[in-house]
Parts: sequence; structure tokens; C-alpha cells
Amino acid sequence: MSPAPADFPLWAAILVALFLLIGSGLTFLGAFGLLRFKSFYERIHLPTLGTSWGAGGILVASMIFFSVTQSRPVVHEILIALFITVTTPVSLMLLARAALYRDRTEGNESVPPIGPEPEDGLSQQTE
Amino acid sequence: MMRAVLPYPLLSLGLLVMWLLLNGLSAGHLLLGMFLALLAAKAMTALQPAKPRIRSWAPLLRLFRIVAGDIVRSNIAVAQLVLNRGHRERTSGFVTIPIDLQDRTALTVLAVIVTSTPGTAWVEYHSASGELMIHVLDLREEQDWVDLIKNRYERLLAEAFE
Repeated sequence: MSPAPADFPLWAAILVALFLLIGSGLTFLGAFGLLRFKSFYERIHLPTLGTSWGAGGILVASMIFFSVTQSRPVVHEILIALFITVTTPVSLMLLARAALYRDRTEGNESVPPIGPEPEDGLSQQTE
Repeated sequence: MMRAVLPYPLLSLGLLVMWLLLNGLSAGHLLLGMFLALLAAKAMTALQPAKPRIRSWAPLLRLFRIVAGDIVRSNIAVAQLVLNRGHRERTSGFVTIPIDLQDRTALTVLAVIVTSTPGTAWVEYHSASGELMIHVLDLREEQDWVDLIKNRYERLLAEAFE
């Protein structure tokens, strides 16, 4: 399946390696930050490193590698990137809103209160 | 007639492109893909999804370019924040932004932009008051983020959808 190393041009190998390093490096930093950061709301930012250029770098590397070895443009990785991008907000919002709901029910002071600023008076009554 | 055959032209086109990307470009797959795309769009009419109205494509393309650049920049910024072992005091916090967009598709696109940019997370949106709350990882000046969302993204989205 994979070609002998001699068949694979050097420039492509360098490009593939570069994008793989960028992608996996960013994904690693995202996972590392997830461990290091303290609060839930800070941590929620870190997986987006993996879902943006973390995945992106690996997918670009895959596109270059298979386009070169199969001598035709292989671009269906774009679909993976597209679906990751449009589905991330769903899980992220779900998690963020669940955390917000829990913090508000517990009366946690660090999160803003429900709804818009109470200047219109309406949000106060609904609480 | 046009409506009966092609109830969701964008959806059909998207499905066809996806079919061709996955199966390779050939006359046979083009025909099969077109047939499946039309069939799927037909089935979709039973669900009656809201049809996005795209008024103009030019602002969307510009927005895409801007966002692509912003995502690269914020990837670098957040990666540096992770590596930076508290050399600088970093504060994160919530920012509330008044959003004038009403169109659902426009709001969806904004949500995708905000979440897929590392460093900002969409937390809560009130459709009644139009207030959006985001969480910012490296919060220095609240007004900067309000300006960023409103001037950089919302204006183009409004041009494209409303």
C-alpha cells in the first residue's frame, strides 16, 4: 500500500512531516492545557485547539501524502474538517450551558446571573 | 416546476459534491450522485427545515477569509498561553455582547465562528434580548471583544443574510 521510501519525494515528505507536527503538536498542547488550567470555563477552550488547526494540520498532511502517492488530488479530508467544524459548537454549547446551569443553581458567585442586565426589570421577576 | 424538482438546491449541491469527493469524479458517479442528491432533498421536504436565505455571497467569502486568518492567529495565541507558565497574570472572564442579528442561519454561523476560534467560547444566547454571552480565555479589555464580534463578524453576517 505505502510506497517504498525512495519513491516519495523529499519536498513532500518535509511538508507532510511539518503539517503532522503542527497538527499533533497543537492537539497535544490542547490536551496539556486541559490538565493545567483550573476552571471549567478555561478548560473548555482547549479542545478547540484540537478541533481547529490540530485536526487541520493532520488532515492537510494526509491530503498531501495521499495526493502524492496516488498521483491524483485526494481532498475528501475537507469533509472531515467541515463536519468537525460544524459539530463542535453543539457539544461545546451543551457542556457550557450545563456547567452554567449547575453553577447558577449552586449560587456560584463567579458566573454572571441569569439573563440580560436587570435594567429592564423583567429578568428579575422570572428568577 | 423548479421548486418541485429542486426544493433545496444548496443541500442537493452539497450532497453531490460530497458524493463526488468520497467516490472520485466520474460520469457514473456524477449521475448516481445527482440522483441521490435529488432524492435526499425530496425526502428532506417531509421535515420542512427552515430555508436559509443567503442574500449575497461576497461578504460570506470575505468573512471566510477573515475567520481563517483569525483561527490561525488564535491557535498560536492559545498555544502560547498553555506554554506560558504564569509569566504574565492572565484573567479569563465572561463578556456580554448585544447582537442585532435575528436570522437563524446567521446566528448559527456566528456560533460556529466563536466556538471554532480557540480562546473564545459561546456560552449563552438570549433570543428575546439578543444578548450573547461568551467566555474569553485571555481577557484584557472587554470592549475589544465586543468590537471584534460586532465589527468584524456581525456586520458581514448581516450583509450576507439580512
